[in-house]
Amino acid sequence: MKTVLGILSEIRPEFDFTENRDFIKEGMLDSFDIIALVSSLEQEFLIRIDGTDIVPENFASLDAIEKLVRRSSKKA
Amino acid sequence: MNLLYHGRRITGVLTVVPQKVSNFDDEAVNYSFPIEKTLRLKSLMGFKEHRIVDDGTCVSDLCVYGLQYLFDQGLVLPQDIDALVLVTQSPDYFMPPTSNVIQGRLGLKEDMICLDVNQGCAAFEVGLFIAFSLLDQESIHKVAMLNAEVLSRKVSKQDRNSFPLIGDAASITLVEKDFDQSPIYANIMMDGSKREALMIPAGGFRLPCSQDTAIPHDDGTGNLRSLENLRMNGQDVFNFVMEKVPPMISSLLDQSGKRLDDVNYFLFHQPNKFMLEKLAEKLGVSYKKMPSNIVERFGNSSGVTIPTNICYNIGERVLNEEFIVCFAGFGSGLTWSSILMKIGNMKFCKMIEF
Repeated sequence: MKTVLGILSEIRPEFDFTENRDFIKEGMLDSFDIIALVSSLEQEFLIRIDGTDIVPENFASLDAIEKLVRRSSKKA
Repeated sequence: MNLLYHGRRITGVLTVVPQKVSNFDDEAVNYSFPIEKTLRLKSLMGFKEHRIVDDGTCVSDLCVYGLQYLFDQGLVLPQDIDALVLVTQSPDYFMPPTSNVIQGRLGLKEDMICLDVNQGCAAFEVGLFIAFSLLDQESIHKVAMLNAEVLSRKVSKQDRNSFPLIGDAASITLVEKDFDQSPIYANIMMDGSKREALMIPAGGFRLPCSQDTAIPHDDGTGNLRSLENLRMNGQDVFNFVMEKVPPMISSLLDQSGKRLDDVNYFLFHQPNKFMLEKLAEKLGVSYKKMPSNIVERFGNSSGVTIPTNICYNIGERVLNEEFIVCFAGFGSGLTWSSILMKIGNMKFCKMIEF
């Protein structure tokens, strides 16, 4: 299974997502990257990310994204 | 705000789309992003093809073409139209009203009312509310409610946020009195404090067009647009829709006493496929009941996506059957609105090309 870090690196290979930076404020992820990321996370972890959770703060760091994955419901 | 109407019926819908098809694959080279990244979004967002008018084509051209088609086919008589309500954000002129232009070009009678209304993605709902209210008058029996946009002419071709999804189209929805009809439940909300989420900054009296306003600028994410182009903050719009639309639909169902399962179709405005599918998931509605195929085939034509949705997805069936449908529009303003009503046994419901 891919990791969140692996998926992020596929979407934006030019950035190092292990660095302690704000992915949104630093321009490492734009709104289209977030859409691609949501789709990949849902497919990889068999989850359904709620539309109201698709806000910048939930994608600002590796920790925030991993928390989002953990609390998202499993696909029926 | 909750609204309730009695004795009103949609008797026909005609959608007019331009013949010209623009394909996303051909446009992708215009965007200053890696081609792989752009193509990855194709299926997620519904970037496929969209209908675009030629330069010089205006809203009145599409509406006159559609109305003339209805007259030629004998589907409505010119003298029977007592009101033209045009809801658009791309009028032919500031002055005169484009509805008057349409009236004049078609030689319609003087004894009628023509109204232009400025609304965007909720234009279908707002137009219906006005049509329903006009029909309170004894002298008004038939309202032609027109939704029309040629906003592709105001979108930068180098703006990946907006251009792949923009579509041009017009629709004519005939609304009449019918006191055997079920009540029509509706609601509408507005938040002008977030008006800049969707905006064309220059071209009005606040910021007239000039050499400066025509200069394209990078928005910081690689999209090029000028102040005369449509600007959309996609993230803000997405968050607004996810936050406001589900409670609006719940409230509408409560008001009507209906359950989610009682509704045959959720015919919503279609800004992009991803947003609609997330909305369907949040509402607990199957993708089949909430079609999201208009934006990838015709583009987002603002208030015209709902009539296009009706014609394309259930146009044949709605001639002989009846359905309980929920319409919802949400966007510029910001405005969000929904309607629960029965539609069916229409005299016509089809699409034609301009």
